[in-house]
Amino acid sequence: MTTVDHKKIGIMYSVTAFIFFIIGGVEALMLRVQLGTPDSTFLSAEAYNQIFTMHGTTMIFLVVMPLSAGLANYLLPLMVGARDVAFPRLNAFGFWVFLAGGLFMYSSFFLGGAPNGGWFGYAPLSRLTPGHNMDYWVFGLQILGIASLTGAINLIVTVINLRAPGMTLFRMPIFVWMSLVAQFLLLFALPVITVALFLLMFDRQFGANFFNAQAGADPLLWQHLFWLFGHPEVYILILPAMGVVSEILPVFSRKPLFGYQVMVISGIAIGFIGWGVWAHHMFATGIGPVATSAFSASTMFIAVPTGVKIFNWLSTMWKGKIRATSPMLFAVGFVTMFTIGGLSGVTHAIVPHDTQQTDTYYIVAHFHYVLFGGSIFGLFGGIYYWWPKFTGKLLSETLGKWQFWLMLAGFNLTFGPFHILGLQGMPRRVYTYPDGMGWNFWNMAATVGSFMIALAVLVFMVNVWKARKSPLVPEDPWDSRTLEWSIPSPPPEYNFAKIPVVTARDDWWHQKYEEDENGRAVRRKEMAPDVVALLGRRSSAVAVADGPPPPGGEGAGDEATTGTGSGEGDDTGDHTGDHTGDHTEHIHMPSPSYWPLVSSLGLPVLSYGLIYQYLPVSVLGGLWILGSLYAWALEPSTAPEEPEPELSSSTELAPVSQGTD
Amino acid sequence: MAAPTKTEEHGAAHGDAGGANHPPSTTGLSNEKVAMWAFLGSECLLFGALISVYLLYKGQDPEGAITPHDVYDIPFTSVSTFVLLMSSLTMVLALAAIQRGEHRRCRVWLLTTAALGATFVGGQAYEFTVFIQEGVTLSSSLFGSSFYALTGFHGVHVTLGVLMLLSLYSLSMKGKLPKERAESVELVGLYWHFVDIVWIVLFTLVYLIK
Ligand code: HEM
Ligand SMILES: [Cu+2]
Repeated sequence: MTTVDHKKIGIMYSVTAFIFFIIGGVEALMLRVQLGTPDSTFLSAEAYNQIFTMHGTTMIFLVVMPLSAGLANYLLPLMVGARDVAFPRLNAFGFWVFLAGGLFMYSSFFLGGAPNGGWFGYAPLSRLTPGHNMDYWVFGLQILGIASLTGAINLIVTVINLRAPGMTLFRMPIFVWMSLVAQFLLLFALPVITVALFLLMFDRQFGANFFNAQAGADPLLWQHLFWLFGHPEVYILILPAMGVVSEILPVFSRKPLFGYQVMVISGIAIGFIGWGVWAHHMFATGIGPVATSAFSASTMFIAVPTGVKIFNWLSTMWKGKIRATSPMLFAVGFVTMFTIGGLSGVTHAIVPHDTQQTDTYYIVAHFHYVLFGGSIFGLFGGIYYWWPKFTGKLLSETLGKWQFWLMLAGFNLTFGPFHILGLQGMPRRVYTYPDGMGWNFWNMAATVGSFMIALAVLVFMVNVWKARKSPLVPEDPWDSRTLEWSIPSPPPEYNFAKIPVVTARDDWWHQKYEEDENGRAVRRKEMAPDVVALLGRRSSAVAVADGPPPPGGEGAGDEATTGTGSGEGDDTGDHTGDHTGDHTEHIHMPSPSYWPLVSSLGLPVLSYGLIYQYLPVSVLGGLWILGSLYAWALEPSTAPEEPEPELSSSTELAPVSQGTD
Repeated sequence: MAAPTKTEEHGAAHGDAGGANHPPSTTGLSNEKVAMWAFLGSECLLFGALISVYLLYKGQDPEGAITPHDVYDIPFTSVSTFVLLMSSLTMVLALAAIQRGEHRRCRVWLLTTAALGATFVGGQAYEFTVFIQEGVTLSSSLFGSSFYALTGFHGVHVTLGVLMLLSLYSLSMKGKLPKERAESVELVGLYWHFVDIVWIVLFTLVYLIK
């Protein structure tokens, strides 16, 4: 509860996000059961509204964003060669605020009804909805925004300021780059929705007029503000997944990433253009022909860097020695599904097309191809890929492949038909439809498909459960390219016993391989001295001999043992005890603290007070926050006489699926 | 809302005196400073959005509604603007003092800055009460809504700044603000100057331009 270690916090983020993924998934199944047959009475209209709003809100704010944040939290410091994030306690605070926000939003189900205005909460509609449903949405998102803002600042500072010596910007792993762009988007997009939510709150709680058409308010204000946030948000969701895929494809194609620099620049370009296109969500609102054409053009324009990325991924795989492991399958699944989603996206940029499709299932198909086929597939690939880093163990390849094929089939069976239904004119956000519209068959198919997806997720959980007992594997089982694979799995609390010095992009790869006369990569016979030292040190951490040979790689098994089997690695190995002589690097890790947790709890208290307009509770919440922040500031971050951490990490690993502390 | 987090973080989280805990940063700037700049960048968008809303709704009120220039008391607001501007100066003096190790003088300037900030907020509170008496409230018109949202947000920022200044003062009293941690003062100063600059923009846009 008090940890400030970025790796534990990363895992806490991911586990929590996964639980919300299950909840959001169950909501999706309920929607599909309702829509599977015409004139269904499984859900009432009101229940349907609440569930699809919560489904969308959950998937976006409580699943994809925190899952990306979890991966970034865990991996960014490792990938840039840092001991922790820049502000460990602020990091913990971010996690607790996120959890508080999620629980706060879900508490609405028990306190009079969940939000029911769609994940975009369109005002003026949302201004007047009775009950407190939408208040929970407004305040819940506001709390989640604080979590994201602190997280974004923390990760940005980490990447900008804590890179290992030699880790120049253009040597950073591509996942670091894409996460960095996403965090910058968050930094600049969040305040806009913060303002929008505040205005809506003033309207709802204090009778302000921002969205009050009777007072002359502009009915489009909400949409402008919301989509000025909402469109960058789409890239906040997809960029980290793109980064994950760009890490996986090279490793399993045994080739460097094709066009690294172009990849980076296109990522940045997406970040910039992402701002200029918000109004393509508003073609149907009558913003006028000039605006419409401008935004149509700019929207087409964003397809360019995206297309560049897709070609680079294909070129990376082209003529590579492909290993069809589970991470690789998910990555390839990402590329194909995302391309389909991208293509249907381009059709929206064509205005006459869009006015036909808006608010039909065609749109629902489009964004699920991008968000599910894109983000979720990419992130699952990342989970499979980095699982051995998180736990020291591999997930089962067999089950992984089952999950992938089930998910791919179920996914296309669910969302493929949505295109057809959309073109047949089935509107979205309707809780039922009459018989005889010709929609029955495809709706039933989609419902069957959604249960296949659920089955695939079950397979994943079985896989995680079974992996608890699987043997430990070497720390670099995939023969990867980036720094995090050069240290034990799971990494010790201080990450790097010695901060690495980076001399090239894919530094870890170059330490293992060199080019022969024909320009082919061959294993180095003589490793650089510090690599030998590293490999030697690692032996104490992991029982390599028991591990199965890593999948796929020819002779990868002995490769991994060559360095690791050897002795104690005395030269770097003993920071414990004496730190005199040339051992200049003292490792001080920040000490645990409960102030982040305590102060985060003040936010829901404040929000309940404001929602029910009960002043004492709001005041209590406010004082709670201020007081605990002050106490936090006074608490020293590192207890001075804290013992140095033990160097050899224990081999006893807690199964991640059970959560950590 | 998150403002005090970041600035109070700097004091303790990682930048403890001496800074021997982590290798020197890549950019040579401290983590805390980069974080503050990032945060202020984010704040620009916050005020940007609020200002846009205000400008969008300026002059949109139906016939007969009270217009902004019916209620503004430009001389009064000019004085409080001047007070706020002076506080930027005293903030600079506070920083210069602690950098020279003159702790007592630093505390005096910190308190003066906080007092000037509080005066400004007090003036705003007075102004708001007068306006409300004249019939401009959050719910009376579009102008009311957007005016109070915009200037109110700024007022909250100044208030948080005052709290930070008082925190610095109390840290200094407890002897927990040594010369080596002058950067804490510098960071609060950055925030303070930002809030000042925003006010100049607001004062011009909201009060001066017809
Ligand atoms: C089992 C998988 C899923 C199924 C069967 C499913 C199904 C649905 C359905 C039926 C709707 C309601 C459409 C409407 O009435 O307009 C919907 C909305 C939505 N879904 Fe999913 N979905 C799934 C997964 C996801 C994932 C993984 C994400 C995002 C990462 C997502 C994001 C959304 C969003 C943003 C909405 C819009 C909600 C709104 O209009 O407020 N869904 N989904
Ligand atoms: Cu968009």
